[in-house]
Amino acid sequence: MHQLWLIPVFPLAGFLINGLAGRRLSKTVTNVIAIGSVLLSFLWVVKTLMALGPLEEAYVEHYFNWISSGPLNIGFDFAVDRLTAVMLLVVTGIGSLIHIYAIGYMSHEGGYYRFFAYLNLFMFFMLTLVLGANFLVLFVGWEGVGLCSYLLIGFYFLKKSANDAGKKAFVVNRVGDFGFSLAMFLLFVHFGSLDFKTVFSKVAEMPQETSFGLLTGIGILLMVGAAGKSAQIPLYVWLPDAMEGPTPVSALIHAATMVTAGVYMVARSFVIYEHAPIAREIVAIIGLLTAVMAATIGMTQFDIKKVYAYSTVSQLGYMFLACGVGSYASGVYHIMTHAFFKALLFLGAGSVIHALSGEQDLRQMGGLRSKIPMTFLTLLCASLAIAGFPFTSGFMSKDAILLAVHEHSPLMFWIGVITSAMTAFYVWRALFLCFFGKERGHHHPHESPLVMLMPLGVLALLSLAGGYFNIPHWLEPIFGRPHEEHDTALVAVSVGAGLLGIFLAWLFYVVKPGIPDSIANALGSVYRLVYNKYLVDELYDATIVHPIRDGSTTVLWKGVDVGVIDGVANGVGTTARGIGGILRRMQSGNIRAYAAWVLAGAVLVLGAITVMGGAK
Amino acid sequence: MDGLIFLTCAFIAVACATNLVLQTHPISSAISLVGVMVSLAVLYLLLGGEFIGFAQLIVYAGAIMVLFVFVIMLLNAGAERQYKRSVWVTVLGVPLLFGFLGLVAYFIQSRVPATDTVKFGAWTGGSARDFGRVLFSTYLLPFEVTSILILIAIVGAIVLAQKEID
Amino acid sequence: MPATVPLAWFLILSAVLFSIGAAGFLLRRSILTVFMCIELMLNAVNLSFISFAHRWKAVDGHIFSFFVMVVAAAEAAVGLAIILTVFKNRNTLEIDEVSSLKL
Repeated sequence: MHQLWLIPVFPLAGFLINGLAGRRLSKTVTNVIAIGSVLLSFLWVVKTLMALGPLEEAYVEHYFNWISSGPLNIGFDFAVDRLTAVMLLVVTGIGSLIHIYAIGYMSHEGGYYRFFAYLNLFMFFMLTLVLGANFLVLFVGWEGVGLCSYLLIGFYFLKKSANDAGKKAFVVNRVGDFGFSLAMFLLFVHFGSLDFKTVFSKVAEMPQETSFGLLTGIGILLMVGAAGKSAQIPLYVWLPDAMEGPTPVSALIHAATMVTAGVYMVARSFVIYEHAPIAREIVAIIGLLTAVMAATIGMTQFDIKKVYAYSTVSQLGYMFLACGVGSYASGVYHIMTHAFFKALLFLGAGSVIHALSGEQDLRQMGGLRSKIPMTFLTLLCASLAIAGFPFTSGFMSKDAILLAVHEHSPLMFWIGVITSAMTAFYVWRALFLCFFGKERGHHHPHESPLVMLMPLGVLALLSLAGGYFNIPHWLEPIFGRPHEEHDTALVAVSVGAGLLGIFLAWLFYVVKPGIPDSIANALGSVYRLVYNKYLVDELYDATIVHPIRDGSTTVLWKGVDVGVIDGVANGVGTTARGIGGILRRMQSGNIRAYAAWVLAGAVLVLGAITVMGGAK
Repeated sequence: MDGLIFLTCAFIAVACATNLVLQTHPISSAISLVGVMVSLAVLYLLLGGEFIGFAQLIVYAGAIMVLFVFVIMLLNAGAERQYKRSVWVTVLGVPLLFGFLGLVAYFIQSRVPATDTVKFGAWTGGSARDFGRVLFSTYLLPFEVTSILILIAIVGAIVLAQKEID
Repeated sequence: MPATVPLAWFLILSAVLFSIGAAGFLLRRSILTVFMCIELMLNAVNLSFISFAHRWKAVDGHIFSFFVMVVAAAEAAVGLAIILTVFKNRNTLEIDEVSSLKL
């Protein structure tokens, strides 16, 4: 036994200690417990992986029979295979770095121990999600990370916008979870089990579905769940609002780990998608559309965290696109590299915000290159990676995806290339607006402390060199598809698109800063539409939120609750009182009336006795 | 001979009872009640109840009714105020009463066999000796209980009617 | 004039006296008169008991009647004491006036 359970239990212990006793512990002790637990988890992951060796087959540990009811038998099992290994390393590694960063970032905030308790709880659930050997254990982790996301987005619970954002995240996630639950029901009904091994081996024996059948339905429903968790169309609306949470939360949960859970789940269920091409195609289309849409919105936003949030949505779209064209390994590869550079982007943004004492608007920044050079350098590395600058990690993974996409559909390839140009553009726009030009704000920027700079440095290194972990090759035993040969022309096209984006951003924001405004004015209403996020939030509000709320108020609250239920409850009382009121007239105080009643009663009794045969 | 005694006493009893109900002044009603009791005592004697007949006269007519009269005099009870009795009561009530009584009479007549007759002297088991014998053997317990009951009544009456102690 | 009296006549007389007593009990307004009607009813019942005792040639009927008398005495005593108290408090002997126990 390799004691896989220790991996999630270390952060759980951290949560319990910090959560229950944190108020009385000093900051140092809280730090040690929080970071120590995650680091221990990371070390245990490394130790376990080294001990497990090449991991050709999945290694399963069965703990106890969780549900045993009729035909439903679900054990609490953890399993490790190569896919799990990648996820474990990413989650615990990046998690540790972000925990260390958070010490510096949250040092002046209230609720210090609560923050780290929630972060540890999140780690516990995320690791459970990744280690689960059946859909139900995965779902436990799935729901748990949703809960922690809500808790952490609404961390500044005195702000109404934070509370609203937390609720929005949770509710939208629930919609996705509903799809996921339906998929699980279908799986159980048709395959009798939710265990990965059992289900996938049974699915592998089924023929490919060319029309809409069971597997297509399951695939689509799983995608609904993934769309909720990983912020794809139509359930992406919560992620930009989730930026209300502290920046380490945005980095950890909404960039590196939680939002990739959907991609992980789709990759894990690849057997289903391979046998249901229609569902797989839908996944690809959703991913591509989301990538394009989010990129266009990201180009117009002025809040630095919102830019990166839409960037996350767009990059997740790339991952789903990869899975949708059958190249699951490159999707997972992009999970890893995206974790590196996106976490770095967010942490760097946090460093900037920290330096400017809370300013997040790009229009109030500028010329910070000389003031916070270390932050600038690390963000530069991340921006190079995300733009696909040759030989960075981002370049490697994005190329893998785009090559696979080209094999599937050249049209999708070209749309993806244009989107990567847009990606480069908006990321470098943010970089230029923030660090170049003249100082537009009124702040006194100071460099971040070492405890925040160290993780930035590590992540910068990983962003640049992390691509050399050849994940797709390593994941071959699972996904089985050979990775693409390098087609130099296509690679050159995608690199060119990235460089074009960088150049345009440099042009618009450094050389001639007046151009963006004139373009915006020229495009007029189109620009406004994109700036207002295509009014999707307003659409949802009008079609879903308002009708439900108003319907609930008028029908359920006033109609059913007050009218029917309260009416019945009050009515019982009123009726009892009414009957009592009628009966009380017998108590007239008139003695003769009582005497009359006595006589009447006696006559009645006598009559009854006579009728029934008389006294014997 | 028995029939004559019975009819006379019955007539007196009913007349006095009617008088009791119809008189306005309580003292007249009390005297009528005494009349009823006396005639009933005679009937008891006719039925062979020596002890009970005289007990009726001594206790009921002699003690209880005297108590009643004392209270009436103590309270200085006057004649009842006459209220306008509704016509309906008289028109409906009296025939109804007679009808009801007729029904009862018929009912009793049909149920009791005609051979059950009462003759003075046919049974002498109601003497004091026989009465006492049964009272103090079979019915000893009720006897003792009723004596306690009377004790309670005495104490209660005294407590209720005493003057306020200031 | 019959030499023997049918038992039924005694019972009918008892019923008649009882009915008169019941009617008076319902119709009269003075407390004392109502009380006396109650006594009338008790007497009627006594007559019934004695008649049946004669019929069955058992003295138990007499004993029962005796107990009725005892209880009637106790009841009269206490009842009259109550009437005195009511009169002391309300200065009236009409039962319609003693109606403060109404809801």
